Amino acid sequence: MNETSDLIKAYLGKKDKGKNDSPSFIKKILGNGNIGDFIFERLTLLFALLVFLLVLFMGWQMYSNSLLSIKKFGFHFLANSTWDPVSETFGALPIIFGTVVSSFLGLLIAVPLGISVAVFLSEVSPNWLEKPLSFLTELLAGIPSVIYGLWGIFVLVPWLRDIVEPFLQNEFPNSPLFQGATYGFGMLAAVIILAIMVLPIISSISRDILKSVPDSQREAAYALGATKWEVTKIVLGNAKSGLLGAIMLGLGRAIGETMAVTMVIGNSPKISSSLFDPGYTMASVLANEFTEATSDLYINALIELALVLFIITIIINILARLLVWSTERKWKLNPI
Amino acid sequence: MKLKYILFAFFTAGILSVSSFAQVKLTGAGSTFDYPIFSKWFDTYNKMTGVQINYASIGSGGGIQQVTASTVDFGASDAPLTEDQMKTFQEKRGTEVIHIPIIMGGVAITYNLPSVGQGIKLDGETLADIYLGEITKWNDPRLAKLNPGKNLPNKSILVAHRSEGSGTTFIFTSYLTKVSSAWAKKVGVSTSVNWPVGLGAKGTEGVAGIIAQTQGAIGYIELAYAVQNKLPYAIMKNKDGNYINVNFNTVSAAAAGAVKNMPKDLRAVITNADGKNAYPISGFSWIVVPKDIKDYSHAQTLVKFLRWAVTKGQGDAESLYYAPLPAQVQKLDLAKINSITSNGKKIN
Repeated sequence: MNETSDLIKAYLGKKDKGKNDSPSFIKKILGNGNIGDFIFERLTLLFALLVFLLVLFMGWQMYSNSLLSIKKFGFHFLANSTWDPVSETFGALPIIFGTVVSSFLGLLIAVPLGISVAVFLSEVSPNWLEKPLSFLTELLAGIPSVIYGLWGIFVLVPWLRDIVEPFLQNEFPNSPLFQGATYGFGMLAAVIILAIMVLPIISSISRDILKSVPDSQREAAYALGATKWEVTKIVLGNAKSGLLGAIMLGLGRAIGETMAVTMVIGNSPKISSSLFDPGYTMASVLANEFTEATSDLYINALIELALVLFIITIIINILARLLVWSTERKWKLNPI
Repeated sequence: MKLKYILFAFFTAGILSVSSFAQVKLTGAGSTFDYPIFSKWFDTYNKMTGVQINYASIGSGGGIQQVTASTVDFGASDAPLTEDQMKTFQEKRGTEVIHIPIIMGGVAITYNLPSVGQGIKLDGETLADIYLGEITKWNDPRLAKLNPGKNLPNKSILVAHRSEGSGTTFIFTSYLTKVSSAWAKKVGVSTSVNWPVGLGAKGTEGVAGIIAQTQGAIGYIELAYAVQNKLPYAIMKNKDGNYINVNFNTVSAAAAGAVKNMPKDLRAVITNADGKNAYPISGFSWIVVPKDIKDYSHAQTLVKFLRWAVTKGQGDAESLYYAPLPAQVQKLDLAKINSITSNGKKIN
């Protein structure tokens, strides 16, 4: 490393000597660097900062456009559970509840499935099966969400209503999760749709990550007499932070998903312990109510809802980063 | 010979440049409910006169905002402007707002009860109590009393409503507010409300989907959709006590019944209207324009189009499942349109 940079310095020095003897202003800034490199570095820095500024700007815009509602409701906006456009009382608690619960339960189903699919594809599956299977999972990721929504209405909902929900109610008559009338539409349908939509994202990214773990590690483990399961464990351990990233991308899609969810969730801002009852999510409320929101306070409340969604997404991403850092540190201190 | 060609060329060039000079483009924004008939009108009108009208169906609320902010020539809304909105409009544009009823729609109450079939009878209070969650079974004594001889099943009622803000919801809730004091107190009227019970579905097709799939479901959808899809709909009791089927004639009759009480600014909500044949869940959709328009050529083009739309344009209504404006309302509209000025001057 040092050697090459010395060589470059020597080369630059030689080149500059003939042309320009007094050190120019630009050269002073550059030190011993190259002007192209300088521009390149600053340009990439500028673009990187631009993304950061864009996030700040969006946050500020949403904040300044929701001041009316922030001033009027304060923290009640997060704690109150009435969302009534007529009397202009806006409390987002049930909507936040719906977003968090539907995404979390969706992930609960999708993560074990998605990672198992990825492990099969990268560790177990024979070559001839791997290609078509990965192609199919990636195909799932490319389907527009409105199509999932239509499938939800015409296939999933009737199936839930006629078979799954009555079955659950019979098997667990006392569980608070399975109370109430069985319409098919509701939280359970949203959770299942989200799980299916998130699954291909998690599995295809996880597969790429597992593939990128060097084969030498697998070979070394086999050489020490490890079984297939033990080797897989080592590979998974090495890919931990990447897998977490894949799950976070999945969560990002689940939280922001609008169309498919709004088509099956029942769109009713109420908190209920039963998975059969309708719920509502932030993205769906925004998509549904923004066009016809007429009063200033109503629009401000909707923008504040967007701000809350924005902040929740940022918090989740920060938590995920922290989790990745802590697992990486543990891994460095205490390798398998 | 050559001169002739040159003259001809000059002549056509002159015509072309004149006509392209006179070409004014109008822009509008608002109601999605109006969009199908608007696109038909704009297309026909463009072929007739060469006037180009661009319309963005971004929702009534958006349309009102845009016309208030002077970004479009006209807005379209399924609900009239509120007093507050009219005040803001006055402040921002320095002129008052004009409401022009442009087309009518009816709201059908559809349901899914295969054992009963077409034509159950409902009145306003019963409907309001169903939507309030007070009546939960189809064989409720109050429903049975309205429908003697019909074998109403012992089934739960699943209430369906629109999840997004919509003009249809405005018409429906304004009807319930007029006929039920409990509804007026607990819920009220708006393009989206805090529904006490039921499932919200996106769009008319979403509500129709829930009803079609679920036995025991009830919901409100636009007349056009109910007719096109041959859904069973309820016969509603109107203010005069008659049971009325929803169709173009009975919706137009509601407007005719409301004419004598028509407010001067034409912001009439005509649900539960008077009249023997009036269907009670009917409503206008309005075009919203400023009373004084600065640019004369824009004002003139707009006025000419509006005159055409409220008269000849109404002929397109039925084929697109809207109800046409009755003659009395057309007359009121024309008077209103003629009151539009440009910098205080009348427009020919």
